[in-house]
Amino acid sequence: NITDSDPDGRLTVTDKDVKLQEIALAKNEGKELTKEEKQRLRKEKKQHKKNKKDDKGPPEKEKEKEKASVPAPSKPATQSPAHKAAPAPVHASESAAAAEKPAKSKAELRAERRARQDSERTSKHGKKEGGQQSASSKPKATPNELQPVVKRLPEHVQVDDPAALKKLAKKLERQQVPLRSDYGYKVSLFSHLHQYSRKSPPTLQISIPATVIHPSIVRLGLQYSQGIIAGSNARSVALLHTFKQVIQDYSTPPNEELSRDLVNKLSPYISFLSQCRPLSASMGNAIKYIKKEISNIPSQCKEEEAKGKLQACIDSYINEKIILASEAISKYAIEKISDGDVILVYGCSSLVNHILCKAFEKQRKFRVIVVDSRPRLEGREALRRLVKKGIRCTYVLISALSYILPEVSKVFLGAHALLANGYVMSRVGTSQIALVAKAYNVPVLVCCETYKFCERVQTDSFVSNELDDPDDLIVTRNGKSHLENWQTVKSLGLLNLVYDVTPPDFVDLVITDLGMIPCTSVPVVLRVKNVDQ
Amino acid sequence: EIHEPEEVSVWFREGSSCCQETLARNQRFTETPVNMPGADKETDLSERIESFLSELKRCGSGAGSLRGSAETARETTALLRRITAQARWGNAGELMEIIRKEGRRMTAAQPSETTVGNMIRRVLKIIREEYARSRGSSEETDQQESLHKLLTSGGSSEDNFRQHFTHLKANVIEAINELLTELEGTTDNISMQALEHIHSNEVIMTIGRSRTVEAFLKDAARKRKFHVIVAECAPFCQGHEMATSLCKEDIETTVIPDAAIFAVMSRVNKVIIGTQTVLANGGLRAVNGTHTLALAAKHHSTPLIVCAPMFKLSPQFPNEEDTFHKFVSPHEVLPFTEGEILSKVNAHCPVFDYVPPELITLFISNIGGNAPSYIYRLMSELYHPEDHEL
Repeated sequence: NITDSDPDGRLTVTDKDVKLQEIALAKNEGKELTKEEKQRLRKEKKQHKKNKKDDKGPPEKEKEKEKASVPAPSKPATQSPAHKAAPAPVHASESAAAAEKPAKSKAELRAERRARQDSERTSKHGKKEGGQQSASSKPKATPNELQPVVKRLPEHVQVDDPAALKKLAKKLERQQVPLRSDYGYKVSLFSHLHQYSRKSPPTLQISIPATVIHPSIVRLGLQYSQGIIAGSNARSVALLHTFKQVIQDYSTPPNEELSRDLVNKLSPYISFLSQCRPLSASMGNAIKYIKKEISNIPSQCKEEEAKGKLQACIDSYINEKIILASEAISKYAIEKISDGDVILVYGCSSLVNHILCKAFEKQRKFRVIVVDSRPRLEGREALRRLVKKGIRCTYVLISALSYILPEVSKVFLGAHALLANGYVMSRVGTSQIALVAKAYNVPVLVCCETYKFCERVQTDSFVSNELDDPDDLIVTRNGKSHLENWQTVKSLGLLNLVYDVTPPDFVDLVITDLGMIPCTSVPVVLRVKNVDQ
Repeated sequence: EIHEPEEVSVWFREGSSCCQETLARNQRFTETPVNMPGADKETDLSERIESFLSELKRCGSGAGSLRGSAETARETTALLRRITAQARWGNAGELMEIIRKEGRRMTAAQPSETTVGNMIRRVLKIIREEYARSRGSSEETDQQESLHKLLTSGGSSEDNFRQHFTHLKANVIEAINELLTELEGTTDNISMQALEHIHSNEVIMTIGRSRTVEAFLKDAARKRKFHVIVAECAPFCQGHEMATSLCKEDIETTVIPDAAIFAVMSRVNKVIIGTQTVLANGGLRAVNGTHTLALAAKHHSTPLIVCAPMFKLSPQFPNEEDTFHKFVSPHEVLPFTEGEILSKVNAHCPVFDYVPPELITLFISNIGGNAPSYIYRLMSELYHPEDHEL
């Protein structure tokens, strides 16, 4: 029955039915799939994959360097099915690869892989071949070698591909994570992105007591999706604290290793969180770090000790990368603020607010102009914090930018992520501010911690972005709101972008905890960081 | 109720000198004795002028324009025709004096509504032309103040308007009627050019709400299919109205917040905007956010097309710091619900933006398409240089 599997690797009808029944059963009982079931699934998958390879199986859309899902026979038998199906490079941990196999022969690939795995195994012992291969193999590559780093395309930018969606649905079902459906009419330019509504939270389909997802993760996911926790630092810190809680409550099942099992436990949580809101670059880096730390736990370590170590790691990560980094950045940035300055800030960046408060404490005389934009109106939060400190503030909307810019001497912007080609990914509107500031010859300084640097490259704001709830654009003025029934109007679409990218020629300086660098030095920093690790 | 203080203070700041003049003039009009034969006409006229002035003052505050500029232009011209018909004047000079006085009052009532001043200058120019024609001298020689004429004539053009002509009144009224017909047809003239500029499958961006651009796009949509992106233009969000109105004609429309203008600009083929005023140097005084839009278009080398009828052309330059910007109540930006921080924060809500002529590609007006560098020439045809200052 396995020989007539269809091209993209779907199991035949009988297998699928059986599996679905199993999963449905498990869901109803609210337990995880028992060990036996898991083993059986694993065996079936292995068998299926083996036959797939023999038949010259389905082409994969993207090249994977790791090909971790394919070399089933060469992997050790203890690998779990979750890993085989979704051995995510943690930056794109939510993806189920709708990837294509390259046009090489299977034997060649297998040989290559074995050779590589052998060399990796010898170079770093104690490291298991789990999903960490993707994360760790890149930094393990020697700096002199230019490894072709071909990453899998993350799921959240493949919404227009039905095959990818199906894979995601399957994966989520297996992990017992609810699938969130899109809302409303999507502008055609952005049909490859998700668009969720805040009014339909992802927790509707979960039965709360009986779920595989840890309750603090559920809470965190809800906080993300409702916008209660927003801002990349806040989201990362909340995520790490929640992971500490999860690790605290974790207990290793018998016959399992903590280092491998805990990572498996985390995968459905991460899928759930990315269903609530797509992961940010900083969160991706944090997850990568945690998974690496977990997999580095030696097998002879006792559970309590391991847990303590992990919690200490998380604490030190938060301390180093976020808190101390912001102190270092403030120190550098304060040198750039002189008396009599008029500083323009946009939206609410925790880092920029911190810098301004520190500068004010150091008795610098300056005043601040806060620029804000609909529909999020985050600038009001920044305004409150600054006014509470006692800083003199002015407040305008972004459409009044040309009016207010002649007064401004410097622009300080925060960033969500810094991309490897020097582009700054930040809240939508940042690129506009940089553009107009450039036209008026006002220096633009971007403040960003190094843990937000990511290896992605992007040149425009379309290919990878986030669409927020379109209903936020509706406003009622004088008792009338024109867009109230926008769903009923056929040709009307509302677009609520969250991020945009600023080209590096608009940015004069990037202040990081490693120092003040130009925008184009981001890949240098990334390389240095990778070598260190 | 909340708008009142801001509105009044704006008026006072910009027209405080005219305030006393207005009071004085009011007294003069109401003191006209009732039993004189022309008295009814005069009081009727003065009533109309007063009501027009109060409407101008009311419409100017907040919430965008409750009446379009075309309407204002038409009403001004109609009022000027009535003044010509009903006021008492003997020769062209007196008529021009009366119109100038009323004109000053009208522009003081709402300084940001420049169409009023533009129409007054047009009518003054009409009077000059009719006078010159009645006098028999050809129009061309009196048209331009050439250097030669300035040297030889010795600058005594004022006395020229003292002659009395019986048919001057009729001629002037006829010319003003022609002007009114021209005003009626401006939007149609502009929309007729739409198909020359919009091809199919284009993505067009616009900002806020302009009736001219709306008519322009709707006309093109009858024959071609294209996509429109409307920037909503906070805080008044007039873009929403524009979008719903365009959707009624089945045009694919998307509403974006102002912050996303640069983000989506890379996919836009043309930017078509309306404006409040076209300045003498070819620059614009348009709704706030337009300068950002123009800079983004320049960065992506996207053509910026301005649809503006001729009555929006004003002989002002953008240099006057105090009178260029108009502000409305900052509670549009930071509402009173924000509480304690309100007293410690300055909030600004400017209504207009200046767009320099270098960022503009084309002006489309009822007389055709022009480059911004040609605007000064058009102005000299519409207005007489002595009327630039009313």
